[in-house]
Amino acid sequence: MIRFLRGPIVVIGLIVVWQFVVWATAAKPWMLPGPAAVAAAWIEHRDLILRHAALTALEIVFGLSLGTLLGCGSALIMAYFRPARRWLMPVLVVSQAIPVFALAPILVLWLGYGMVSKVAMATLIIFFPVTAAFHDGLRRTEPGWVDLARTMNASRWSILRHVRVPAALPALASGLRVAAAVAPIGAVVGEWVGSSAGLGFLMLHANARMQVDVMFAALATLAVLAVSLFYLVDIGLRRALPWQPDSSPVND
Amino acid sequence: MSPAEDPSVFSVSVRSGSVEFDGTVLFDELNVTLEAGKLTCLLGPSGVGKSTLLRLILGLETGTSNGNGVVCSDGRPLAGRAALMAQRDLLFPWLTVLDNVLLGSRLRGEPRTGGPRRERARSILAEVGLADWADAMPDTLSGGMRQRAALARTLMEDRPVVLMDEPFSGLDAITKIRLQSLSGRMLRGRTVLLVTHDPLEALRLGDRILVMAGRPVRLDEPPRLPGAPPRDVDDPKVLEAQGDLLRRLAEAVI
Repeated sequence: MIRFLRGPIVVIGLIVVWQFVVWATAAKPWMLPGPAAVAAAWIEHRDLILRHAALTALEIVFGLSLGTLLGCGSALIMAYFRPARRWLMPVLVVSQAIPVFALAPILVLWLGYGMVSKVAMATLIIFFPVTAAFHDGLRRTEPGWVDLARTMNASRWSILRHVRVPAALPALASGLRVAAAVAPIGAVVGEWVGSSAGLGFLMLHANARMQVDVMFAALATLAVLAVSLFYLVDIGLRRALPWQPDSSPVND
Repeated sequence: MSPAEDPSVFSVSVRSGSVEFDGTVLFDELNVTLEAGKLTCLLGPSGVGKSTLLRLILGLETGTSNGNGVVCSDGRPLAGRAALMAQRDLLFPWLTVLDNVLLGSRLRGEPRTGGPRRERARSILAEVGLADWADAMPDTLSGGMRQRAALARTLMEDRPVVLMDEPFSGLDAITKIRLQSLSGRMLRGRTVLLVTHDPLEALRLGDRILVMAGRPVRLDEPPRLPGAPPRDVDDPKVLEAQGDLLRRLAEAVI
């Protein structure tokens, strides 16, 4: 029972701390509005907030899907073609060494103020953890399984499909959990740098107009979005891999 | 039909097998024959190269090997006619016990509709005492049951040659004895190589025993025991031979 209550208790606890800080520091509402003020702002602007949230959610979902697809694809290519591994690995490392924040203005310049640049940003940020985790899983196949499959006359393709990929799924799952956690960063950074919609845009816009309560309402919505996404992915992965001993960070 | 008349039973020989690991010569001109339809036990100290010989016969990667010919007495290549049973059960955790037993057909892409094949898998599972566990996941099985499932998977392949690499070494004494008898019975008539650490196991199950020692290795064959395996654990002849075999093993150093 406590397992299911832990989440709500943490949220309530944080709100209490928030209220306490507001009360203790006597912060001005335009510096730090209290929970009640933010809730009121959320209700007042709910249509606006939800409209922008839907767009951000869409960007995140597209980015997550695309990043996962590309990541899995390049992990498979690297695992199976040695030259590809030698050439792609440095590219991957470089792609991570350059902060996505630095690339954001370029992506906006090239792909425009619309959704595409945000999806590209989320894809970029997700691509690496997925590729790295899946590639690692593919390389660490239990050698005994491969030997056994060979004695059963399995083809290379069949070993990939029936042995290596399923065996690498738990590793891919860890990569996807990380991806789900960082995906919102990509989308929101993209929106900050240049856009006319999305929660990131709404927050900048509200900030500029001193609507601090709206900004906090948008931030809270983003937090709910990000946390829900993470839990959805986590639950989905555990359903999909029931044979995997519980390695989810949530129930540790 | 006795193994000698059965054309599907054949012997397997390694002719002048040579294997090197990082400059260390493991096998130099090694010649060994697994007699047709007999269970050959291979004993020897750890690291002497027992598993390497098994991998060499199976055609799996070993160190640098050259000029080693694996020859079957019927003149055809061994590839595709030998099954492997390893020390670890190697069950796939994402497949049910039944699907693990059917692993070979899955890997070869044989049509999934095989009703008769599933029936055969179920009857093999029943023979190894896992009838009620066909739809269980391997994680829910004990070590002995997992190794029985691995035996069922090996039997399902129905290969004339079976190579076993210490398949019972991780089990407790009683489970081990039961599983040895079961395997000995069910693999009867096939050409089997059983790599083991355990002299008693070799004496119970082996038609013949080979002791591997030295570097490069030499093979030494103690006298064969009368009667057909599997022999009883408390058979006086087995117990008597155990002393002699232990002495040979103590002398066998790498």
